[in-house]
Amino acid sequence: MGVTSPLEAASDAPDVERSRLARLTTFIDRFGALGIVLIMGTLSYVAQPDVFLTTNNIANIFRQTAFLALLALGQFIVIVTAGIDLSVGSTLALAMMSTAVLSVAGVPWPLLILTPFLVGAAVGVINGVGLTWLHMPHPFIMTLGMLNIARGLTNLISGGVPISGLPAEVRWLGAGNVSVGGLQVPVSVGVVILSYLAVWVFLQHTRTGRHVYAIGGNPQAARVTGVNVDRTLVLVYALCGLLAGFSGLLLAGRTNSGFPNAGIGAELDAISAVIIGGASFFGGRGTVLGVFAGVLVIGMMRNLLNLSNVQVFWQQILIGVVIIAVVAFDVLRRRIGSAS
Amino acid sequence: MVQTSVTPAIVARGLSKSFGHVVALSGVDLRVDPGEVLGVVGDNGAGKTTLMKILSGVHPPTEGQLLINGEEVRFASPRDAQRVGIEMVYQDLALAGNLRIDENIFLGRERTRQLGPVRLVDHRANLALAKQHLDNLNIHVKSVGQLVEQLSGGQRQAVAIARATAFDGRVVIMDEPTAALAVREVRKVLDLIKDLKTHGISVILISHRLDDIFYVCDRVMALFHGRNLAEARLADVDRNEVIGWIMGNKGGHGVPDRPDRTDEAR
Repeated sequence: MGVTSPLEAASDAPDVERSRLARLTTFIDRFGALGIVLIMGTLSYVAQPDVFLTTNNIANIFRQTAFLALLALGQFIVIVTAGIDLSVGSTLALAMMSTAVLSVAGVPWPLLILTPFLVGAAVGVINGVGLTWLHMPHPFIMTLGMLNIARGLTNLISGGVPISGLPAEVRWLGAGNVSVGGLQVPVSVGVVILSYLAVWVFLQHTRTGRHVYAIGGNPQAARVTGVNVDRTLVLVYALCGLLAGFSGLLLAGRTNSGFPNAGIGAELDAISAVIIGGASFFGGRGTVLGVFAGVLVIGMMRNLLNLSNVQVFWQQILIGVVIIAVVAFDVLRRRIGSAS
Repeated sequence: MVQTSVTPAIVARGLSKSFGHVVALSGVDLRVDPGEVLGVVGDNGAGKTTLMKILSGVHPPTEGQLLINGEEVRFASPRDAQRVGIEMVYQDLALAGNLRIDENIFLGRERTRQLGPVRLVDHRANLALAKQHLDNLNIHVKSVGQLVEQLSGGQRQAVAIARATAFDGRVVIMDEPTAALAVREVRKVLDLIKDLKTHGISVILISHRLDDIFYVCDRVMALFHGRNLAEARLADVDRNEVIGWIMGNKGGHGVPDRPDRTDEAR
């Protein structure tokens, strides 16, 4: 047991070396995901020099990934607590469809805009309550159940068929453009940036946000220091649901409809973006900026493959390869870091 | 009867605790003066952990009284115990490795500042306060902004102790604080415990290591089968006797018939 060997004592010596490596590690932790964005961007530019950097194409990438950006943001908060929310894709669909159904029923547009948020938050609260009060053994199970329930409800309220045609006010957030200095900027870009900023402030600069990280790091530590772990978890899942609902509103706006198959498999894209962005699946680690980068990487990859007329099935394969490569690189880097 | 002039930091009288039919503790007394370090020894199952859980508010006692600074208290939760200055340092330390040192020290009790409609964590104030507190306790780390997972076992233990004393902790209960440490770090942690005395903080130290007990404690008491077995000032006892206590052999000591007990009862 803990006997000090001379070797161990000697390992204190190359302190400078170690701190330099530690600084490099922190740097990669913080900005590594942006590096991948740069690589991806360069690749795209080299492959499609005429199209990639046009404002039109960039705006397209953002508009198409806006809904994924919000899904991934919510998923990220959950993953920081070492949880997972498999229901976000279905929640998106339920929120979207509820809005479409109420729109057909003639509900005024301010209420329509509110609907997806309420539906999403309600689903999230149920996830959180099931997880904490019902003591479900793992969030995987609770949210897997909810994945099915929300999808079933979506089909139930719509009869399983798409509903199209939404008031212009409702579509504005997802489909609108504003002119900024002569450039047509999608409103959804602003929505995404503001949401990311808000969540960043929440996670880094509020007590509850720091408790979210503490729960991911060591739930026991959070508990004994008086953090109300259950209440925090319910809030986290509610936020995730809320953002999934918001995401449904954007997608409804962009497609001018509610369709029952919306967001199928989107939970996996959201998880992929979070992981590519450098968050740890075991909780407590990751940044909002990283998630944003993860979303951009997926968006750019799709864009590039579309522009290059690569068959859509290849996209899936490549996203899979990127996930594994990014995490493998991360593991390798950590092993080298701890070995020295 | 000089000692009756001080109000004890914590007094327990006749604490009993049963879990169903299992009696874990029966009629246990305990007293710690301000700035005193009390060692608690006993074999596994002697009731040490149950006693500490009652003192720190995790379990309510089935019977018995707790007095803090002479006033009777009842704890519904560890939070209540913390409110009157009783803090527990857990064996597994209960630190979040992914957070900074200052964030661990202030976890759940962060300083905040108002910014318009929102209340934000005042990271700068927390860092400064944590640094000041660590300096007070002579705990040296490279930076309070370090993540706890980058610290050695001894430094982590020091952070856990710093957390326990950051909020006017008057009584710190430590469960085997040196058990997981490398040898060269044990001494540092024990010296830190000695330092707490100079701040008037009382320590209740549970340890299997007699080296630790004899290095830092003023008094040592033994539990056996959930009861007080023996107790003595450290100066009046030697190692072999204490080993005997752990085995259930009280030798010449026994439980002192405290002259102060009637005074406190008034």
